[in-house]
Amino acid sequence: MAADAAKVIDKDTLWGGKISPFSISYGKLMMWFFLVSDALTFGGLLVAYGYQRHKFTGEWPLAEDVFHSLPLVEGHFPLIYVALMTFILIVSSVTMVLAVEAGHRMDKRGIIKWLAATVAGGIFFVGSQAWEWSHFIHGSNGYVITAEGKKAHLVTEGDKTYHHQHELYEKAGLKFEDGTTIPAGHQAKEIIEHSLKHVQGANLRENEYGPQLYANFFFFITGFHGFHVFSGVVINLLILIQVIRGTYDKRGHYEMVEKAGLYWHFVDLVWVFVFTFFYLI
Amino acid sequence: MKKKAKKIRKKIWFITLLLTVITVAEVAVGIYFNRRVLGAGSSAWASIKIGYIILTLVKAGYIVMGFMHLGDERKNIRITILAPYILFISYLIFIAIQESDYINAMLRMYAE
Repeated sequence: MAADAAKVIDKDTLWGGKISPFSISYGKLMMWFFLVSDALTFGGLLVAYGYQRHKFTGEWPLAEDVFHSLPLVEGHFPLIYVALMTFILIVSSVTMVLAVEAGHRMDKRGIIKWLAATVAGGIFFVGSQAWEWSHFIHGSNGYVITAEGKKAHLVTEGDKTYHHQHELYEKAGLKFEDGTTIPAGHQAKEIIEHSLKHVQGANLRENEYGPQLYANFFFFITGFHGFHVFSGVVINLLILIQVIRGTYDKRGHYEMVEKAGLYWHFVDLVWVFVFTFFYLI
Repeated sequence: MKKKAKKIRKKIWFITLLLTVITVAEVAVGIYFNRRVLGAGSSAWASIKIGYIILTLVKAGYIVMGFMHLGDERKNIRITILAPYILFISYLIFIAIQESDYINAMLRMYAE
């Protein structure tokens, strides 16, 4: 059955004539058409994000305030980890182009080297995105709604996050929306303990960073994109295995690597747009 | 054949360097000239936003033309892929900004 897939359809059946009107193969053309449709899907999502977000100019959080951590290290590094993720994804796109270029020269070892690097970059990106999600959901110190209905953020020295509630309540000061502050101490602790609620982290109903829509859009857009990256990694891995087994060497051309490369570049392209609209603007 | 391959590889590394430099510049601007520092309604912030969008389109252009080799394909497939997309996205961006601006103005005026 698998042999049928490799059989070449004769040109008369395929194109109703002699050649492809675009001078590229059927598989490559269909991949391009799929990429255009997927790009429009992401375009729709990003436009929906832009539209909804403009209703909230005041309360929408700054990305530098939300995304300022590095895994395993304490400190304030605004946007650095996201920049690293972007860089790794671009580099994995570059290794993919080099793999395709090696395919043009029928250099099997070159393809294996560059394709493996691409898979590694993709796995790093998905892992990083998973870490970002978990950190976003876990949150830091959060805010409280006091008994009088006023919102106040919990601030600690050096922005340290405390994981145990009693420790946090001892060490936290309060910063209200109009700018007034109450330093950490007995008075702050009283207010916190008598507050109506304490919002920490993020879920689909409320989050400590801003409006409800902020977390919803974060999860949906980065999640949808992350799903594409994951499926891209799986596809690249399968094609890598086929290259090692010599399937394409026998076929005489490495066009399958090129088609997978198109999908992988598309994933990188979408990330460039998501990065600009979600993290920078 | 080897010479041509070398030239292609040089072009790929050049595009990579370009993309890296643009990304680093965007992140640096993003950290130091953000919405809070410049003010949400200011014209400086608006110019920075336009700058981001233009740089993003430049990056996208290099990825599509260089990495995806659309630049090496025939003109008819280039137009088939790029024209509908450019048309649609320009329209969507315009309508998103137009309508959300209106809603924003209405909310400011009538909500508390």
